[in-house]
Amino acid sequence: MTLKRFIEKLIEGMLMISSSISALAVLLIVLFLFKEGFSLFSTSPLENHNVIVVSKGNPIEKLTAPQIKDIFDQKITNWQTVGGKNDTIILFTINDVSNYFSEEEIGENFEYLPEKLSRLTDSIPSMLAVYPDKYLAKDFKGKTVSVAKNNIPDFISGREWFPTAEPAVQLGVLPLILGTLMVSFFAILFALPVGLATAIYMAEVADERLRKILKPIIELLAGIPSVVYGFFGLIVIVPLIHDTFNLPVGETALAGSIVLAIMALPTIITVSEDAIRNTPRSMKEASLALGANKWQTIARVIIPNSMSGISAAAILGIGRAIGETMAV
Amino acid sequence: MTMNPKIESKNVNLYYGAFHALKGITMSVQPNTVTALIGPSGCGKSTYLRLFNRMNDLIPGIRIEGDVQIDGKDIYSKSLRVDELRKKVGMVFQKPNPFPKSIFENVAYGLRVNGLNHASFVEERVETSLRQAALWEEVKDKLKKSAFELSGGQQQRLCIARALAIEPSVLLMDEPASALDPISTSKIEELIYELKSKYTIIIVTHNMQQAGRVSDKTAFFYLGELIEFDDTQVIFTNPQNPRTQSYVTGRFG
Ligand SMILES: Nc1ncnc2c1ncn2[C@@H]1O[C@H](COP(=O)(O)OP(=O)(O)OP(=O)(O)O)[C@@H](O)[C@H]1O
Ligand SMILES: [Mg+2]
Repeated sequence: MTLKRFIEKLIEGMLMISSSISALAVLLIVLFLFKEGFSLFSTSPLENHNVIVVSKGNPIEKLTAPQIKDIFDQKITNWQTVGGKNDTIILFTINDVSNYFSEEEIGENFEYLPEKLSRLTDSIPSMLAVYPDKYLAKDFKGKTVSVAKNNIPDFISGREWFPTAEPAVQLGVLPLILGTLMVSFFAILFALPVGLATAIYMAEVADERLRKILKPIIELLAGIPSVVYGFFGLIVIVPLIHDTFNLPVGETALAGSIVLAIMALPTIITVSEDAIRNTPRSMKEASLALGANKWQTIARVIIPNSMSGISAAAILGIGRAIGETMAV
Repeated sequence: MTMNPKIESKNVNLYYGAFHALKGITMSVQPNTVTALIGPSGCGKSTYLRLFNRMNDLIPGIRIEGDVQIDGKDIYSKSLRVDELRKKVGMVFQKPNPFPKSIFENVAYGLRVNGLNHASFVEERVETSLRQAALWEEVKDKLKKSAFELSGGQQQRLCIARALAIEPSVLLMDEPASALDPISTSKIEELIYELKSKYTIIIVTHNMQQAGRVSDKTAFFYLGELIEFDDTQVIFTNPQNPRTQSYVTGRFG
């Protein structure tokens, strides 16, 4: 008697420990991700310990990462655009050293370089120079410009994603988020009606023999790795869209949505079919006994009754597809 | 009796695959009467009852032979529409099985699937049916509430109201009171007695007293055969077959 109770307690305890361990593990993983994620924001986005310097007379104190990128891309060519004097920006990077100085002037081990650079920025008031901070002279006469940190609002709403951009990293995930949302929205739009129709057909219309053939095939589809779907999308669907809509490139959100929809289908079908099958027979019979035909019964009783299962199916299906964005 | 029978079965055999569940049943039911089907579990009472609204059709591998008529028409003829038949032949199941909808919509369901959607008509019919099922006073203030909030007995009366709303002429009841307390049971028995004037009722029951109280005729089934069919009075006081005798006196079954 006491032994039995002891064993029960033991099993209970083991279950509790395993569940708390798994909960803890998930929590730790999430924390780790957040920590890694935030370090992106807390460090200066400037690459490779570069400094940005200007002459002493330049009123600019701060630049943002996108501004720096635009300057390097020569989209911004005048100081006025970033809040300075009306003057053309003269860009100087470490690669330009040889245009300004001879090798003797720099010295064999670049020992004279810091001093030369310091003087250079001083002599050309409209210069923006970017070079490694180890070449920054100790008695630097110019002024270093600080770079605004990548902050979270910009991270969410920024339109540019250049995680490896030189000289400043840009982290705007807006197009990524919007793209994912849009593609998955259309994927649901394609997949849900088709999946639901198939599920209803399999659960309520098809006879037992057909169902026994269909069900394993669909479950097999769910097991195909996403790369295969992506490959299929690239080889078949992209050219198809290209040809039918006469688009210059077929690699559109439409192709992505279709591939995603196809990937989500098996999950949607199997999960919602189970939900539909779980409708109590007595409820179906009640509807039929009142003179409702098969389709009225499906639309008015079976689907409303399995709604929660069907929405779970949609979420699971799309979740699986989105999680494996490799296909897109 | 010179009246034409409302319901008639002639030499009906029914097979679930290889299993012979109904063996040559011949029986006729007069209009505006209550017929009780009794017999031990598994003898085929439900199977026989479900013959009349063709509910058995849903079961795969079933085979039905013989002739079943309602109002003189073969209900298994190819030209007959099953959903039309089921509007004429209502059914109340053993366990209350309301839809996950409001009380009002449960009763209105049969009307709506038949395309009767006119608001004032539906409202009137719902009220009439709930009154007939002796439920109106209890639910008139909460028609919008879910049917699942009702007690088991109320749910069963709701299912009766739901069946009455489409004004069938035959009502099939499969142990309608088996899951209910004595008070709900007696309410339903009273109801059956009142409904007799408008409907022809066939009721399956395991409760001998109930069969005695509500029915005019009683049919005793045993192992898929109809052993005896007579006035309820005769079946309970002076049965011709010894097996009927021992069943109604509680000696077996
Ligand atoms: N769907 C089915 N498939 C195969 N056999 C069935 C099926 N339904 C019923 N049977 C069999 O047919 C016989 C009659 O069943 P039925 O349900 O008509 O009995 P019943 O008299 O209503 O019993 P109870 O009083 O327990 O409800 C039983 O032996 C049962 O096992
Ligand atoms: Mg039964």
